[in-house]
Amino acid sequence: MEAVNLLSSNRYTEKQIGYLFISVLVNSNSELIRLINNAIKNDLASRNPTFMGLALHCIANVGSREMAEAFAGEIPKILVAGDTMDSVKQSAALCLLRLYRTSPDLVPMGDWTSRVVHLLNDQHLGVVTAATSLITTLAQKNPEEFKTSVSLAVSRLSRIVTSASTDLQDYTYYFVPAPWLSVKLLRLLQCYPPPEDPAVRGRLTECLETILNKAQEPPKSKKVQHSNAKNAVLFEAISLIIHHDSEPNLLVRACNQLGQFLQHRETNLRYLALESMCTLASSEFSHEAVKTHIETVINALKTERDVSVRQRAVDLLYAMCDRSNAQQIVAEMLNYLETADYSIREEIVLKVAILAEKYAVDYTWYVDTILNLIRIAGDYVSEEVWYRVIQIVINRDDVQGYAAKTVFEALQAPACHENLVKVGGYILGEFGNLIAGDPRSSPLIQFNLLHSKFHLCSVPTRALLLSTYIKFVNLFPEIKTTIQDVLRSDSQLKNADVELQQRAVEYLRLSTIASTDILATVLEEMPPFPERESSILAKLKKKKGPGTVTDLEEIKKERSSDMNGSAEPASVNASVVSTPSPSADLLGLGAAPVTNSAPPPSSSGSLLVDVFSDSASAVAPLAPGSDDNFARFVCKNNGVLFENQLLQIGLKSEFRQNLGRMFIFYGNKTSTQFLNFTPTVICSDDLQSSLNLQTKPVDPTVDGGAQVQQVVNIECVSDFMEAPVLNIQFRYGGTFQNLSVKLPITLNKFFQPTEMSSQDFFQRWKQLSNPKQEVQNIFKAKHPMDAEITKAKIIGFGSALLEEVDPNPANFVGAGIIHTKTTQIGCLLRLEPNLQAQMYRLTLRTSKEAVSQRLCELLSEQF
Amino acid sequence: PLSCPEVAPAPRNRFRALRAEEVQQQIIRDTFHLVLKRDDHICNFLECGSLFGGSDYKLIYRHYATLYFVFCVDSSESELGILDLIQVFVETLDKCFENVCELDLIFHMDKVHHILQEMVIGGMVLETNMNEIVAQVEAQGKLEKAEGGLSAAPSRAVSAVKNINLPEIPRNINIGDINIKVPNLSQFM
Repeated sequence: MEAVNLLSSNRYTEKQIGYLFISVLVNSNSELIRLINNAIKNDLASRNPTFMGLALHCIANVGSREMAEAFAGEIPKILVAGDTMDSVKQSAALCLLRLYRTSPDLVPMGDWTSRVVHLLNDQHLGVVTAATSLITTLAQKNPEEFKTSVSLAVSRLSRIVTSASTDLQDYTYYFVPAPWLSVKLLRLLQCYPPPEDPAVRGRLTECLETILNKAQEPPKSKKVQHSNAKNAVLFEAISLIIHHDSEPNLLVRACNQLGQFLQHRETNLRYLALESMCTLASSEFSHEAVKTHIETVINALKTERDVSVRQRAVDLLYAMCDRSNAQQIVAEMLNYLETADYSIREEIVLKVAILAEKYAVDYTWYVDTILNLIRIAGDYVSEEVWYRVIQIVINRDDVQGYAAKTVFEALQAPACHENLVKVGGYILGEFGNLIAGDPRSSPLIQFNLLHSKFHLCSVPTRALLLSTYIKFVNLFPEIKTTIQDVLRSDSQLKNADVELQQRAVEYLRLSTIASTDILATVLEEMPPFPERESSILAKLKKKKGPGTVTDLEEIKKERSSDMNGSAEPASVNASVVSTPSPSADLLGLGAAPVTNSAPPPSSSGSLLVDVFSDSASAVAPLAPGSDDNFARFVCKNNGVLFENQLLQIGLKSEFRQNLGRMFIFYGNKTSTQFLNFTPTVICSDDLQSSLNLQTKPVDPTVDGGAQVQQVVNIECVSDFMEAPVLNIQFRYGGTFQNLSVKLPITLNKFFQPTEMSSQDFFQRWKQLSNPKQEVQNIFKAKHPMDAEITKAKIIGFGSALLEEVDPNPANFVGAGIIHTKTTQIGCLLRLEPNLQAQMYRLTLRTSKEAVSQRLCELLSEQF
Repeated sequence: PLSCPEVAPAPRNRFRALRAEEVQQQIIRDTFHLVLKRDDHICNFLECGSLFGGSDYKLIYRHYATLYFVFCVDSSESELGILDLIQVFVETLDKCFENVCELDLIFHMDKVHHILQEMVIGGMVLETNMNEIVAQVEAQGKLEKAEGGLSAAPSRAVSAVKNINLPEIPRNINIGDINIKVPNLSQFM
């Protein structure tokens, strides 16, 4: 309370102590804050610049929501009032910025915005600096309203850059004119594409050139402050050049400049140069230029004493990698891995694994690389990495023999990492027969080799090895009895671990009673895995960018890929023993792709019960084949969704912007009435928030041969992944029927096609160059590759088909906007068919990662 | 932008009061250990996402004799710009205290705060012109003198501090004759 009294005092000293106390000691959500609002209001209105300054500082420092509620309306007025002192304006601008950051919704846009932009012309450079900070943040959210700031910023920048350094008096810092303001202005310009007005554009280019030129001039002072300030401006100018990505000349100059810095003796500059070069590498104009510095970067990796710098060097190597230098870069990274800091090892492992896969021409090289990776840094090789190598080996016939041979050799080492045992166990179990002809790796030797590692391994690995053994029983009947002996031993059959014990018992039984035919079917070689985005990439992305909105999506994805990948012992056993399914997926690696939303867990066990019970509570699992039907509706709106002996379900739907309407027709194919006919549309919790569906109940009786119609009104609130499920329950004769199908309401239904020229397209394409915005999928054609059908499908998908945009006429390019109630998301897509290999490459770029991901999944299924 | 602790023999810092006291102290300790073990020839930037729960943050520090000045900033600031800002801060301290040393900083926390307040507001860079900053600080000094210092205020200030029983109040506030020393305690910015 005393503090509040002090605050309200008219004496400067007391007021100032009061404010200091509040700022320093009081938590932003304390009760006390509310009490001081009144005093702050008085000070703001006092016209005494010192008091106003104190009040503004206090608001900014506390920066709570209550503060924003109380003052967000007031501060813009102070900011643009003609008679406000400069120092107060400065504080007001930053205070407003602080409030905008905490509670953007509470800061009203209005007349003041245009006047704030004109502060860029203010006499006082301090005011300009503060205003630029404010405008930069505001412009990121409301680019249209602040568009005029571009030309003002350019002319201001040009005045600073070209002025003799003495003109700016106090704002010249160690001979560099107004470095902070220059940096801020360059940052502001990075919110916008290159200016359209040629005059402004020319002036900006001139400024950037001058800045680059100045870097070559001899320093005006030996002081580190001088070069720091100069380089701060230079780096920001380079960022802007990279952001615009339109002037090849400037880009190459920027790259050369950074190349010089790579060898500078200041560690800070080397660090920043590596960082900037990383972004430069993704520009098509400068990618080649960046590559010329590869030796320097590798050298940095070897000699740099600072881990942050080495980390940047790794990032840059990753960014500059392409097919031509992949082998060199991967080799260097592996070298470095042996001595790398523990903190960055896992990331390097992921990067090596990705590069090796992405640029592998020769898959034996890929296998070697990954095995090396496990040898050097086995502890840091996550599950995703070794799952992936297995997936690739299984999908590619040409490396299977080599892989089996290599892992066999690697396993000879007296001490090998458990991850190697896992990979070895899996691969030998599948392809051990390919090397069994060689007497040095005969079946028995293979088995003994694996079994020699058995006792040193953890439970999950042992479980995997047991599965390998049963696979051996099938591959090599000659060692069946040896394996049975092992399985029969007490340490297996009476193992304390339930999982191991169960496996041993069941495998032993299976090997004893099943005929060779059954064994061969049950233990057949794994079928190829469906191609999908590498889970390693997802993991790397997650490591790199937490803290963003898309995070949730990613974590979700991560989780589901974990589910796909993790060894699920129970289901493995069930499939091996009770239902001899043609493919015994020992690891669960090939579980359903991420898109297939699993049926609600509650119902998974109740399938049988439902048929006999009358309780209409449980929801049936998805009808078989409904996925195929679902995929067919991605590119069309009308047709038959489901049909069995009793019931036919037809669909007719139309969509406009973020709204849609779907007519569902239920046809009774029998001559008997359906009673208690209740169709319900079910959305998962996640889906409910992004998709609004309204339906009316239908008549509960459907006469024989009759058809009833149900309308679903659809509103897309935000982008979504899953599809709603249509559950239908009714009584037919004496039996209760319960079935579920997925309703084909997919994100692409809310597409509006957009026509654009080739130039526009590629400009937008480049703007969406953030790796998170792009999703790419390479997949085998499932249907004949006919250009006309493909075109029809792309149009049916909802995007515009752009002719004569792609330089290669065989490629397909599309563009459109996804309309949701909350946002509109621009989408660009490119489909590159490869007739020879019967493959497609599909690339999606949208402003939102989850959307790119979903659209890519949907469209990949179509070809 | 975020905060600027100096890590001196007795580390002190300013940053958002949103964080709980223990977390703040933990961050200061971690920062101190991170910075201290780095030698002079490696770079002055330190990625410390894990420390603050966001990969966006960097520690940028400068080392002057026995003092470390550490700023924690997000990606909206230029790294070299912040290095220069630290230099401006130090030069300003030097001007205001005439040959600044650690003791000045410890015994005149309030003044250090005022100088910093003239440079940084709510975590954002307010003023970089040294003359302007010095002028502002001197103007305040004059105002203070004109009002006869805190002579009338101490008793009220003392009782003010004594009377608040907010739970988060740091443990060690020493109340000297006039100066309120706040070493080791968290403040917002």
